[in-house]
Amino acid sequence: MAVTSPARLLTTRQLWRRRGTKAAPYAFIAPFFVMFAAFGLFPLVYTGYVSLHRVRLQNPDAMSWVGLDNYTTLLQDEFFWNSLKNTFTIGVISTVPQLCLALGLAHLLNYRLRGRTFFRVAVLLPYATSVAAATLVFAGLFGRDYGMLNWFLGLIGIDPVDWFNEKWPSQIAVSTIVTWRWTGYNALIYLAAMQAISYDRYEAAMLDGANRWQQFRHVTLPGLRPTIVFTIIVSTIGALQIFGEPLLLQGGTTGMNGGASRQYQTTGLYMYQTGWQYFSLGKAAAIAWLMFLIIALVVGVNAAIVRYRLKRAAALTAAKPGKG
Amino acid sequence: MSSATTSPGKDVRIDDAGTSDRPGGPPRLPRMRRTPGSRRPRRRGGGRDKAGVFTYAVLILATLVSAFPFYWSIVAATHSNAEINAVPPPFLPGGGTGSFEQAAEQANIGKALVNSTIVSGTVAIGTVLACTLAGFAFAKLRFRGRGALLSLTVATMMIPPQLGLIPLYMMMAKLGWANELQSVILPTLVTAFGVFFMRQYLSEALPDELIEAGRVDGASYFRIFRSIVLPAARPAMAVLGLLTFMTTWNDFFWPIIALSQDNPTVQVAINSLGGGYVPDQSVILAGTVLGTLPVLVVFGLLGRQIVGGIMRGAVKG
Repeated sequence: MAVTSPARLLTTRQLWRRRGTKAAPYAFIAPFFVMFAAFGLFPLVYTGYVSLHRVRLQNPDAMSWVGLDNYTTLLQDEFFWNSLKNTFTIGVISTVPQLCLALGLAHLLNYRLRGRTFFRVAVLLPYATSVAAATLVFAGLFGRDYGMLNWFLGLIGIDPVDWFNEKWPSQIAVSTIVTWRWTGYNALIYLAAMQAISYDRYEAAMLDGANRWQQFRHVTLPGLRPTIVFTIIVSTIGALQIFGEPLLLQGGTTGMNGGASRQYQTTGLYMYQTGWQYFSLGKAAAIAWLMFLIIALVVGVNAAIVRYRLKRAAALTAAKPGKG
Repeated sequence: MSSATTSPGKDVRIDDAGTSDRPGGPPRLPRMRRTPGSRRPRRRGGGRDKAGVFTYAVLILATLVSAFPFYWSIVAATHSNAEINAVPPPFLPGGGTGSFEQAAEQANIGKALVNSTIVSGTVAIGTVLACTLAGFAFAKLRFRGRGALLSLTVATMMIPPQLGLIPLYMMMAKLGWANELQSVILPTLVTAFGVFFMRQYLSEALPDELIEAGRVDGASYFRIFRSIVLPAARPAMAVLGLLTFMTTWNDFFWPIIALSQDNPTVQVAINSLGGGYVPDQSVILAGTVLGTLPVLVVFGLLGRQIVGGIMRGAVKG
């Protein structure tokens, strides 16, 4: 478009303009990439470098090379393994109910509703709160002696539960906060994907005599599959980072410990404790880097599963074109 | 990842997009042609069923569950600690304001609110500007390295910023910015999500013909950006700004590392309330109410736009 007829000589001014046109796209992305490189990419890469050093919080400039020592210490560190186990169990008991509830809510929100905007905003309300605020409110509700939840359980004849000091109740408490905050958000994501499913497919299913449940099972769910995979990946990554909820459930040093006997200490929280209570920035960086590897693994495995299933689906369709 | 997340958007139907429901949505004209048969009136099955009593009952229950913690913190904040520990607990807000005053005093909430407004406002404006520029370039301009740079950006959306905290802390200590607001502003000033969000919006909402027309008229790229792209991008910019403001306001991990109690953001102040030094539930909850109220007001006024933004972002990514 900018090319003029080759016979004509370009003036200097035109040449400059031409060069400017070539450079313009880079000028547009430059502000983003400069900031992004400095505060996004660089720290990530540098975390790996720091993890190979002994660095103390009191004097972060003094780094001494220790090779893989931080990693070998971590792999023998029972608190680290404990935190991984907790992260895993808390991750499962927060992600699974959350996504199932979200799917159900999305299905209901997809009906023709009076006040649908109201309901959509209402389910998203928890998303507007901060981890800190939500956790403090829930911590009050979960209190052993005065908490409303135990009062309520008492009404229906259940003995008070120690939601902080016992392992499973405390992990359930943490997961409840996570679930409360994120269910509505995921529901809206599912809802958006449901609305993108072509109506023709439902019509075809109805012609085949499918009832409501069969329609949900054979039209809605397959249509949502990419979105479900996406939310599983995002929630898993989110679960690996759970930090504020366990920190503030009891607060103070108990909070940093993830409970008196570390019964709900997550890996994110252990990283924080290692760096900012034990002053071991090098070891904390090693924890961060291991978390990064786990995330890469999770995303990689998920992607592999998706690819495998897609391939298999394609093969099935090819084999039985009638049913496709 | 990208194939998995973009595919659901391909056959969005115009009647679902609902004009009233998506204010400021992208112009959907090109889409209309795709599904000529999908007019609204009366259809059975699928997502178009009329909701029954059960649906309303469950949705009302969900609304109550969503709202209860807010309601309870207002109730608790307006009663004394002794009153909220009574059996049965109070269920209506009282008239006490003492807890609010104590919370404001003990947790430096006044300063925290000012700081959070500065931080979130700056980050929102910075993100919107930088990401609109970059999003436009990725959506509409051809240049060498475009695909690679975009993939890099999208890939890093999967990496939690938590993992870079330690070098970030060392950087801020070196620059002497510990406990200064710029230490929490700069690291979040641009987001990969923002670029992706603006790119997806602009590649749809902005017809190539408009840009070509601008080029034919001899306008420079920057002129085109100002007169053609910005007006078209405005709705998405508003949504991105809102989402960024909320996210930044609620940011927790990095601020509690970078800032201290004498120069806090709201989350740092709330963190110190929950740090175990304030045993008074009523005061703690009064603090959370004060810190959450501004976001709730924004959410109440613009909740519908935020919902629209999340749903649009969802279909595309």
